[in-house]
Amino acid sequence: MHSLNVVWAVFAKDLRVEWRSRETLAPMCVFGLLVVFLFNFAFETAHEETLRLLPGLLWIAFAFSGILGFNRSFAAERENGCMEGMALAPVDPSAIFVGKLMANLVFLGVTEAVIVFAAAIWYNFSFLPSLGWLALIVFFGTLGYAALGTIFGAIAANTRMREVMLPVMQFPVAFWILILAVDATSDALRNAASSEISQGLFRVAGISVIFAAVSFLLFEYVLEE
Amino acid sequence: MKKIFPPTIHLAITLVWLVVSLYMIFLYAPEEATMGEAQRIFYIHFSVACTSLLAFFFVFLGSMGYLMKRSRPADDFAYASAEVGFLYCCAVLITGPLWAKPAWGIWWTWDPRLTSTFILWLLYIAYLMLRSYVTNPGRVEVLSAVFGILGSVDAVIDYMAIRWWRTQHPQPVLAGGPGSGLDPRMWLTVFVTWGAFLCLFFYLLRQRMTMARTQRELIQLRRELAT
Amino acid sequence: MPLAATRANQALELFNVSKYFGDLEALKGVRFQVARGDSVLLFGPNGAGKTTLLRTLAALSHPSEGEVRYGGQDFYKDPQTAKAAIGFVSHVTFLYGELTARENLRFNGKLFGLHSLEEKIDRALELFAMQDRGNEPIRQLSRGLQQRASLARAFLHDPDFLLLDEPFTGLDARATDNLQSILCHLPEQGKAVVFSVHDFELGASMAHRLVALERGSVRYDGELKDAPLQTLGIKK
Repeated sequence: MHSLNVVWAVFAKDLRVEWRSRETLAPMCVFGLLVVFLFNFAFETAHEETLRLLPGLLWIAFAFSGILGFNRSFAAERENGCMEGMALAPVDPSAIFVGKLMANLVFLGVTEAVIVFAAAIWYNFSFLPSLGWLALIVFFGTLGYAALGTIFGAIAANTRMREVMLPVMQFPVAFWILILAVDATSDALRNAASSEISQGLFRVAGISVIFAAVSFLLFEYVLEE
Repeated sequence: MKKIFPPTIHLAITLVWLVVSLYMIFLYAPEEATMGEAQRIFYIHFSVACTSLLAFFFVFLGSMGYLMKRSRPADDFAYASAEVGFLYCCAVLITGPLWAKPAWGIWWTWDPRLTSTFILWLLYIAYLMLRSYVTNPGRVEVLSAVFGILGSVDAVIDYMAIRWWRTQHPQPVLAGGPGSGLDPRMWLTVFVTWGAFLCLFFYLLRQRMTMARTQRELIQLRRELAT
Repeated sequence: MPLAATRANQALELFNVSKYFGDLEALKGVRFQVARGDSVLLFGPNGAGKTTLLRTLAALSHPSEGEVRYGGQDFYKDPQTAKAAIGFVSHVTFLYGELTARENLRFNGKLFGLHSLEEKIDRALELFAMQDRGNEPIRQLSRGLQQRASLARAFLHDPDFLLLDEPFTGLDARATDNLQSILCHLPEQGKAVVFSVHDFELGASMAHRLVALERGSVRYDGELKDAPLQTLGIKK
């Protein structure tokens, strides 16, 4: 019971800090939009190619914005030693992890919605027919990606050049989450058979849950000194 | 360990074994029918590839050992495995294209096996970078152990995910590795070469671990001198 | 249970603790015990290991060798119970700059699982004369006010052991007097205080016991009034 309260307290605290400072969500959204915008000119997409490029474009934008958010998430904790402040309290470190993860999920989720919306307009592509599948795939892909981002963000907070260390750790480990999510998204946007899409979804969800569980178990070691 | 099996003898065995395997690769093993002489690099390529994967498993063991027992030697083992494993992984990425160019006509393709090797290489780099960038020297072991374990989970998932991924992508240009109709002399060469590279791996590993231990003793001595 | 045994059972203890940071040995085989009712002044030059000692007691820093004990038991066997009994003030405030003092305390109170939290927050703020400034973001407060908020944070859960690393930093004369009188009265309430200050006179006015540290070793541990100040190189 206490742990659930801690999860909620950490989550609510992160949202409140973000509400005051606006240092995480706004830059993430702006960055995501920039990726979508640049991608358009880098590849000069013809309309018929949109379907082929869109899944990759979306996940690259999600992935880069995510990195930005995870870095911020622990930069705030480093200031004034707040991370240690939490370690002083009689709480289960895993509860802190879940609270931070939930906040990261909300930030990345909002960013993803903005990116999808922008892509729909700029690429004249209707996501409506596949929106349900897309939401599920994005949710599970983001879960694993953000879980890794949360633990690697906490590790990177202990290093020099942490802006570099985070993606160096994140991308090789999260590689398959991204690749399988791109595959599944591609199936969903093509309106493939439900069995095909759900198979892709299960794979993304499976890997994401594995990584989320391992990160959850390991987080206590990151928090201690 | 040092008394029963001194490093110098280990080194001597390694060198002799390497020479034997070189002899077998170039003179004993028959020439492959379709790929010709270039195929001979496969023996080395296959040996270093298997060993570099094994090395990441050692990183996993060492990391688990450190997190559970807080034992310095476990951490040394993980670190040394990562360094030597990285070296082997580099060798895989060098010998691979050398073989691929004459065999497939291209240097590189994002075939599943190549992709997973490349990810392994990136994992090694991330692990080694992390070790040198942690600011608080007392925390290097724990943080790198956490990354080592997550990286190992990723390395395992590689082999699972690649099969799923493959179903939607073209098959690799040519499935490398020992086919079913391999000549028995070729098989023998494969095993002897792999043995030689494993022997070299363990030699480098133990030397690296000895170095880490010596380094710690040196720090200890310096501390004692300072008081 | 006899009083003496209760005291020993609830002691916080470093048992042969050493702490290395690479080449540097911050603590060398330190034995140190503090029981409820003690007031201990940690004194020593910069880099003597005062901060590391306090951080190790608060379980922020794992010892490289040796053991931290609470109530005679390994601290890390049941860290939750031990942590609930400790209040820690450090050279960083542990406060979120974007949040107000009140919000910071509320967040901490939830982490500690406190009941009737708002009352406790009011009391802690009042203790350090912060009640008027409790609704301003920490970032906008002066260093002294931030320090007072940080003190309120450490006192919020009414801990038995107060570990204070340079608690007077940035405080003005009135706040210093206030903190001084609070610390003086804590041992009577059965609390333990371990603190470090640069001003020996100030520290000596509040402590019964002196622990002198030098280069990570304990040079003196005993009654303050019996301490051989000359030999320890402490100028009166």
